[in-house]
Amino acid sequence: MSDTAIYMDNQATTPLDPRVLKAMLPYFEEHFGNAASRSHGFGWTAEKAVENARLLIADALGAQSRELIFTSGATESNNLAILGAARMYQSRGKHIVTAATEHKAVLDPFLYLQNQGWEMTVLDVDEFGRVSPENLRSALREDTTLVSIMHGNNEVGTLHPIAEIGAICHEHGALFHCDATQTLGKENVNVEEMNIDLLSCSAHKLYGPKGVGALYIRRRNPRVRLEPLFHGGGHERGFRSGTLNVPGVVGLATALEICLEDMDTEQARIRVMRDRLQHRLLSELDYTHLNGHPEERLATNLNISFEFVEGESMLMGMDGIAVSSGSACTSASLEPSYVLRALGVGDDKAHSSIRFSLGRFNTEAEVEEVADRTIATVQRLREMSPLYEMAQEGINIASVNWSAH
Amino acid sequence: MSYSDKVIDHYENPRNVGSLDKDANDVGTGIVGAPECGDVMKLQIQVDDEGVIREAKFKTFGCGSAIASSSLATEWLKGRTLDEATEIRNSDIATELALPPVKIHCSVLAEDAIKQAIEDFQSKKND
Repeated sequence: MSDTAIYMDNQATTPLDPRVLKAMLPYFEEHFGNAASRSHGFGWTAEKAVENARLLIADALGAQSRELIFTSGATESNNLAILGAARMYQSRGKHIVTAATEHKAVLDPFLYLQNQGWEMTVLDVDEFGRVSPENLRSALREDTTLVSIMHGNNEVGTLHPIAEIGAICHEHGALFHCDATQTLGKENVNVEEMNIDLLSCSAHKLYGPKGVGALYIRRRNPRVRLEPLFHGGGHERGFRSGTLNVPGVVGLATALEICLEDMDTEQARIRVMRDRLQHRLLSELDYTHLNGHPEERLATNLNISFEFVEGESMLMGMDGIAVSSGSACTSASLEPSYVLRALGVGDDKAHSSIRFSLGRFNTEAEVEEVADRTIATVQRLREMSPLYEMAQEGINIASVNWSAH
Repeated sequence: MSYSDKVIDHYENPRNVGSLDKDANDVGTGIVGAPECGDVMKLQIQVDDEGVIREAKFKTFGCGSAIASSSLATEWLKGRTLDEATEIRNSDIATELALPPVKIHCSVLAEDAIKQAIEDFQSKKND
């Protein structure tokens, strides 16, 4: 594979913004102290940097700095929020609720709890990937302790009506956890306005470093308690023992600060490029379908199924362009995307899906090149696709009696 | 996923892409796989009076390894008698293309497509 020239997989991870790296470097070098060291200046300097970062992030979320703890990333934040809350409140009830399109870092802790005796409800989503507030309302019970719904989906970008979902949870006395990994720094996120009790985020989705994230834990109305996952030195108010990743924490805060500086302008610029790519692909190729919500969707996301061509073979043809596919062949599980399946996208179209996710460093010229290359690859592969040939002959692919294997 | 040079070569320069007249008496067609499984192969052979495969064509919906497996199969089929064609094993295709374990099913599909094409041709002869 040649060197990747165009990076359009920003929902997998974003490049580190050079300004973020610059802010982090002193905390690898002269300010290497342990933020928990109380007896000397090395520790005080590190602690000050951490507390400044905590204040900045908490402020951005509409929270108080005491409500924010640092973790190793969104997977840890999700696990701590879900396992921690479910275990802490198990005397109140053992029913927990989530949605079919959540990230594995939410679904797998839920399944783990189910194996431990909890009862879980998985809400369906509509064809655009949205949870219906009415479905949530009817799923909630006396013994529901926790609901976890993401803000923006990582595969199709669909945004859920979080404020409404949070309000319903609170009416029913359930805690509301929201995985905002894909939206923080790109969409407005406010824990008060959105009725969120627990919120997960990660630095590497917003041009920060990998290996650091945060969890917001509400302290008032209601005060949320969690059973910790890590036991040790009692760092982070006992919620998360372990020496803090000081450069990472500084990186997360700096990355978020940069995102918020001109978030609306940046997202508008990305949306224009995304819409251009979407327009070209859907108008210049037949048999193409947009996956996800046409409007209520992250500006960075474009997920399209190109019928009659398989995703992995497309990625192979688009050598030098970094995108991802919902095809089984590109996943470790050898199953096509469960997210697309939850939207009712057939497995055949899931195999044909490509996710383009744009970011801060993409250019208009890159968008044109990606469109050109995608179109050329689809056309080339369709020339050798028996399914495209059948479609051209007017045969309905779905009516054929295929030999499943 | 990293691909062998042979897979890349067949993907970039597929041999014998196309279609033969499936209703012709000297043509056998095999279509295996399913769209919801992510791969469908169509493999066709044209057989002369001596029982020698003179032409072979394929069209494949699937990953690079599936495309390469069917492309290689058509290359190997040309010039073989039907008996010789039935001797092509999926393991030969997998070895030639250096397919990783998760892609072995692509070679299995190619073997199945060969067998189905031969059966289709023979059923026409017997009619």
